[in-house]
Formats: sequence, C-alpha cells, structure tokens
Amino acid sequence: MAYIFQQALNALQLGSIYALIALGYTMVYGILTMINFAHGDLFMVGAFFCFLIAFYLHLSFVPTLLLSMTGVAFLGVVIERLAYKPLRNAPRVSAIITALGVGLFLENFTLALAPYPKHIPTLLENTTWTLGTLSISSLQIIVIVLSLVLMLILDFIVQRTKAGMAMRAISWDKTIVPLMGVPVNKIISLTFALGTGLGGAAGMMYGLAYPVIDPYMGIMVGWKAFICAVVGGIGNIRGAMIGGFILGGVEIMVAAFFPSTYRDFVAFTLLLVLLIVRPYGILGKPQPQKV
Amino acid sequence: MKKSTLLIILLTIFPLGILGCGDDSSKIKIGVIAELTGDVPAVGASCKNAAEMAVAEVNDAGGIQLGDKKYKIKLIIEDNAGKADQSASSAQKLITQQKVTAIVGPNASRYALPAAEIAESGKVVLITPWSTAPKATLDSKTGASKKYVFRACFIDPFQGRVLAKFALDDLKLKKAAVLYDVASEYNKGIAEFFKEVYEQNGGKVVAFETYTTNDKDFSSQLTKIKKAAPDVIFLPNYYSEVPLQIQQAKRLGITAPFIGSDSWGSEELLKLCGKDCNDYYFSTHYAADASTDTTKKFIAAYKAKFGTTPDDVAALTYDSFGLLWQALKTAGKNDRQAVRDALAKIPQYEGVTGNMQFKEGSGDPVKSAVILKIKDGKFTWFANAKP
Repeated sequence: MAYIFQQALNALQLGSIYALIALGYTMVYGILTMINFAHGDLFMVGAFFCFLIAFYLHLSFVPTLLLSMTGVAFLGVVIERLAYKPLRNAPRVSAIITALGVGLFLENFTLALAPYPKHIPTLLENTTWTLGTLSISSLQIIVIVLSLVLMLILDFIVQRTKAGMAMRAISWDKTIVPLMGVPVNKIISLTFALGTGLGGAAGMMYGLAYPVIDPYMGIMVGWKAFICAVVGGIGNIRGAMIGGFILGGVEIMVAAFFPSTYRDFVAFTLLLVLLIVRPYGILGKPQPQKV
Repeated sequence: MKKSTLLIILLTIFPLGILGCGDDSSKIKIGVIAELTGDVPAVGASCKNAAEMAVAEVNDAGGIQLGDKKYKIKLIIEDNAGKADQSASSAQKLITQQKVTAIVGPNASRYALPAAEIAESGKVVLITPWSTAPKATLDSKTGASKKYVFRACFIDPFQGRVLAKFALDDLKLKKAAVLYDVASEYNKGIAEFFKEVYEQNGGKVVAFETYTTNDKDFSSQLTKIKKAAPDVIFLPNYYSEVPLQIQQAKRLGITAPFIGSDSWGSEELLKLCGKDCNDYYFSTHYAADASTDTTKKFIAAYKAKFGTTPDDVAALTYDSFGLLWQALKTAGKNDRQAVRDALAKIPQYEGVTGNMQFKEGSGDPVKSAVILKIKDGKFTWFANAKP
C-alpha cells in the first residue's frame, strides 16, 4: 500500500511538471492555432536562467523563480514578435517550421555557451520525512504544490479577468474580435508571456527536482508535454493539466508494475488508444472544418 | 534572398573551403573522433586534450623518424556531437576526404561501434581509447576479431567480473540491485555481465531495472528498487546521469551504498554530485594518486598544460597514441596497411595506464583494473584487480 502511495507521489511530481509545460503548448495553440515547437527549448532556457541566477547572483528560491519566469516570458514575447508575427498570415506549415528552427537555435545557442551539463545549486534544503516505508521529500511537495498554485492562478486569469476574456474571444474568432476594439497583438503577447513563463517555471522546478541540466533536456520533455496537451484536447487549458497528470501517472505506474523497459512503449500505446476513442482529446471539442 | 545577404554568406563559407586544403605530404595525418558536444562532453574534452598533448610531444621533438625522413604529425579532430550517425560519418570523412593514416576514438561504446564498422570496411586502423564493450573489436557478422580495430582499455566482461567479485568478496554484500540505460550499448552490456557473475558466485540480483538515454526521472524504478531492499546498488551509467540517480535515491530514503563502473571516472561527476557521492566505489583504468613514474610524468605534464588531473579517458587516449607511434616506427612508412600489421604484432606495451598484453589476432589488451573510492570529493585508490 505504501508502495502504491509512494509511486502516486512520484507520478504527481512528474505529472505536475508535464502539465505546466503542456499549458504553454495549449495556450499558444488556442490563440494562434499554431504549435510552438520551441516551447520545450524555452523550458530548457528556464532551467538555465535558474542556474545562472542561483550560481552568479546567489538569490534565494522565490526571487530566482520570479526572475527565471520573467526572463523566459520576455524571451517568449520577443520570439513571438520577431519570428512568429511576420508569419501570422502565412501557411501554418511555415510557422511550424519556424518554431522548430527557433527551438534548434535555442538549443545550439545554449550548447555553444554551456557544452557541459550543469549542476543547479541547492536552493532549498531538502528534508525527507519517513512514515513507515513511505518517504516524502519536501522538494516533491514544493514542486507539486507550486505547480498547482501556478495552474490555479492561470485558470483564474483566463476565466475571471478581462484579459483572459479577450484571450478566449480571440481563440474563438480572430476576424471579428479586433473589430470590437480588442488589442489583438497585446493579448497575443500576453498569452505568449504567460505560456512561456509557466514553461520557465517548469524548467526551474525540473532543475530543482533533477538538478543536472543540459541543452538537450527540453527535447524529450517537450515532446511528452506536447502529447499531454493533445491528449487533454489541444487548445483547452484544463485539458492540458489533466493530460499532464495522465501521462505522468501512466509512465510511473507502468514502470512500477511492469518491467521498466516497457514504460514508454506501454504509455504511448495507451495514449494512442485514448486518442482513437476520443480523437479530439479528453476535453477537446470537435471543430468541423467549414468549406 | 537579397543579393547582399547571399554575398555575405558566400564570403563566410568560401574561406572555410580554402582552409581545408593544402599540401601535407611531409606530414602524417591522424584523425581523432571525440564527443566534444552532446551528452558526455567531458569525455570528448579529455580525449582532445590528451591527443593534442601526445601530438605536440612528437612534433616538438622534430617528428617521427620513418626510414630516412622525419615526419611531423597533423591532427584532425572531428566532433561526433554525441551521436551514433555522426560518429560513422566523421569516420567516413576522415578516411575518404582527409585521408588519415589512423583514427583514435570515439570513446563511448555507443559511438565507437558505428565508427569501428566504417574503419574496418575502409581498412584504416581505429584505436578506441575508452570503449569497453566487447562488440567494438568484433566483426558484426562473423563474431571474429576485427582486423583494423584496436583499443587501449580492458573489456566489460572483465570489468563486470571485477565489480561482482568486489561487491561479494570485499564489501560482503549479497543482494544487489542494478539500474541501467537499456538504450546504451555499454551500460546494457556491463549490467548483464555483472549480473551473470554475481549470481554465479552466490549473490542475488533482487532488482534489474532499466531506463532510456536522456531520462531524468528515475523515481519509479528507484521506488521499486527500494521495495526489493538490496544491500548494494550497481549503476553502470555515465557521469552525467549517476548524480541524478544517487540524489533521487537518497530523497526516496534509500540508504544502500552504490557502486559503479569506469563511466563514473570523470572529474565532472564530482562537480555534479557534490557530497552525495562520497564513500562509493567504482572500477576504472588507472588511479591518478597511486602510480608509476611514467604515469606521474604524464600527469604532471597534463596538469601543467590543462590545469586539471587527467581522467581515465585522457590517460587511455595518450596510450592509444603511444601504441600508434610504436606501430608507425615499426612499420617504417606512412602506410595504412603497414601500420595495421605493425600494430597487430605489438606483444605488449607499457603505458601510463599500466601494462597491456596483446594476443595476436585480437585488438583487446589484457590489463588490470583499479577500484577507486570517492573520498571527501576526490577519487582515491582503493584496490587493484588483476586480469
């Protein structure tokens, strides 16, 4: 029983990080119907910002988190302005290729500056509590709670504020909404800032939980988070959160009860089956193409 | 594209082409394939340093005497970016375009294997300093020894046996767990050799868990290992992953000690791991702190040049070049086939990593291993293991 509970905790930790990254994919898709494939690498940049701030400025946990998030959010907005905005009316394939290019640029830029894996300094002393055979580490709790708090804040912004209402409106209809006086460019920038900022926060938490970071760390995690967003129903914010926890849970539980070699194989087969049953994702709604 | 942009691009690329040319008939070209970027860059950096040092020593002495002429050495270093396909294409490039006499590297087995295949079919000597997987020097079809591939290190069946015996006889721990990268040639091989010998000698492997390259979360596998309650955990994984595994294990409340293999032996491990890796053991090729005079001379020269203690990759690369110089001198001419024949006939070589004995027809040396202990953030000699 303690074993299952322990694995559930592991799943929550992994799932909350996946969910945070998946949110970035889903928000950008929701507003621009474009998949920002550079998002995984922005996540990596978040971890590196955290490393730089913690290593050179010796700041404590909260300022490091805020600075990393702001840094990545700023970078996300700049990327949108320079790389994606000129292509907003171009065929969607062009935008996707550009996103892949931006991702490769970020990877290789970081690689040129930091070819060696880096170790993030300890920002929070970890304590492990033991209850019988169950071990709970304070770091695990922080990652899970902080992710949930960030997700709640995001949900509040999107559902309850005026800016959030504008975001939802733009994702609903991009041609009419500007006529109503909604500043589309500002809202798109805000969406990028929020999405990539969460990615940056995820990068930092990932860096705390798995403190060896390298320029390629965003690739696989990015792909997995993208899958989470699709499974949850891409474009749907709550769906991305659910998708993240589902993939985290499936990955951990498969490795827990089957030989660990089967992990990715079983996890992705399950996800494929899920998509066959619900092709638009768990919370996604079918959107028939108008001809 | 604007004309000016095109012009700038052409102007940038064009000189690169010119730089690559030039007549070098009075020089012997040696290629190095190293993991300069990618997942194990510290390995590539050590290899590159030691290669440059070995070549500089020869060139400073006026070059190598072959027949009545002295040849200087030209080193061509290729980065395989930590990719198997790029290792193969680097080898191809060195053989067909650069026309090198011999190749040293790659180091990690998963990159050495594809490069070795190319070298064998291109009939060019390839010495891998650090690849311990048996397959590197074996023909992929017949299983017989490759003709052109050699190495400067021991092989994994030996290392697996050393570690299994060490855990059983020296540490007296009878229940082991293994966590290894199933997608990497080296890790998988040594995990299996360890398991085999450990169980033959009365030990029990209670958990045999895997992950794939670039995974960062091992919590599920480690929780499983914790449930199996082993006395010792064997991590035959690369230096960039081991710290994560040990830290996560400690966070999950695992108290059993860890042991590792020669992939631990980079100074980077100490930087990434901090005090979490103290008091654990691993097997490797040489101990920098307990060494002979030749080794001490090498260590001092390396320290003076690069400011760090040479790790096992650096020492083995240096030995690979030592073997190559000896083969060139015996061959007496700058010819690929002659170098190969001379190399295959070297019966033994006294290198900075100790004595190597070669059997005719096999590219694998017979040599001893050492067990190092990590003590106060330093690698210290613990024991020797004879072949």
